[in-house]
Amino acid sequence: MAKIIVITSGKGGVGKTTTAASISMGLAQRGHRTVVIDFDVGLRNLDLIMGCERRVVYDFVHVINGEANLSQALIRDKRCDALYVLPASQTRDKEALTKEGVGKVLETLSQTYDYIVCDSPAGIEHGANMAMYYADDAIVVTNPEVSSVRDSDRMLGILASKSRRAENNEEPIREYLLLTRYVPERVQRGEMLSVEDVQEILSLELLGVIPESQAVLNASNSGIPVILDAESDAGQAYRDVVARYLGEDVPHRFLDTRKKGFLSRLLGS
Amino acid sequence: MDLLKYFRDSQPPKGSARVAKERLRILVERDRSGRNQNQPSYLPDLEREILAVIQKYVDVDPTDVIVHYEQEESQEILELNIILPEGASETGQVGGVP
Ligand SMILES: Nc1ncnc2c1ncn2[C@@H]1O[C@H](COP(=O)(O)OP(=O)(O)OP(=O)(O)O)[C@@H](O)[C@H]1O
Ligand SMILES: [Mg+2]
Repeated sequence: MAKIIVITSGKGGVGKTTTAASISMGLAQRGHRTVVIDFDVGLRNLDLIMGCERRVVYDFVHVINGEANLSQALIRDKRCDALYVLPASQTRDKEALTKEGVGKVLETLSQTYDYIVCDSPAGIEHGANMAMYYADDAIVVTNPEVSSVRDSDRMLGILASKSRRAENNEEPIREYLLLTRYVPERVQRGEMLSVEDVQEILSLELLGVIPESQAVLNASNSGIPVILDAESDAGQAYRDVVARYLGEDVPHRFLDTRKKGFLSRLLGS
Repeated sequence: MDLLKYFRDSQPPKGSARVAKERLRILVERDRSGRNQNQPSYLPDLEREILAVIQKYVDVDPTDVIVHYEQEESQEILELNIILPEGASETGQVGGVP
């Protein structure tokens, strides 16, 4: 049985797709059979970030409607054998994702994969609800900014009341906070909510902090999940996040303004 | 101990982040109690009326009066939280016992 992880936020543009791409790649690189699904019907982007947009023939909605098999729609990642992408459709009909249809696809995938990563669309409507409904774990992507934090909290309310686990009175979805686009310098100047502030308000387990980074744009420009840019701060931060998600005890990094010189980095101080 | 860090941390928080945090705290609290399905239906009215009474005496913001309801095993808790504006107690009317 696969573990189903939803990458969600409420607010748009906070870094869900960036996160879904990197986390799924990170899990697959560690040998876990992983599939990442784009739930953003009409606005599909995940294939672009993953760099497989030219290989899309069939999509999630085709599979749900029985117009294609899963094996026809799944795209194997060229960089990592354990990773597959299920793209979203560009049809405008958001209702194409039905609860039953999504459930069937996830159940079939569950038999083959270890992890199913669901990239949620923004908002708290149908698409976002479908993405989170079957989840076991939720990674709530939040920016250190008021509307994002508020929307994350709303999403927590939805996870706790509208998910399958909630409806069936099962153990609730396990929720993690991922703070992205963090700028320690601005936090230090008192211009940006700190990681402690956000954690205090949302009271969630902190999975990691991804710094605001030029590397993210470079990565999306070239269709490479930023986690593969091992030199970059954001890439390393996502690597840590995957390790932490898998239960490893990895200290948080990139929270400080102090620029580490080469020597102190070498000495690990 | 890191002396620089000591000075940094002992400075009073400044900047808009502090305001953001305070606003969020109130907002989230409010959202959460609104989500609480089991809360009694009179709660919004109660909150409105309490606010009206308080506003007769102190110039509080509508978001500064928070009625929070919680249900535990065997008891119900009704919590009333009023945030008075700075200097409110000096403006006469409710200045307290002379
Ligand atoms: N850590 C980061 N540093 C810099 N830019 C980032 C970071 N994370 C995300 N971005 C940028 O923010 C924008 C939105 O990212 P992304 O598409 O991942 O968000 P999203 O939450 O999936 O958006 P949507 O709600 O529209 O689906 C992109 O331009 C991306 O490059
Ligand atoms: Mg997205």
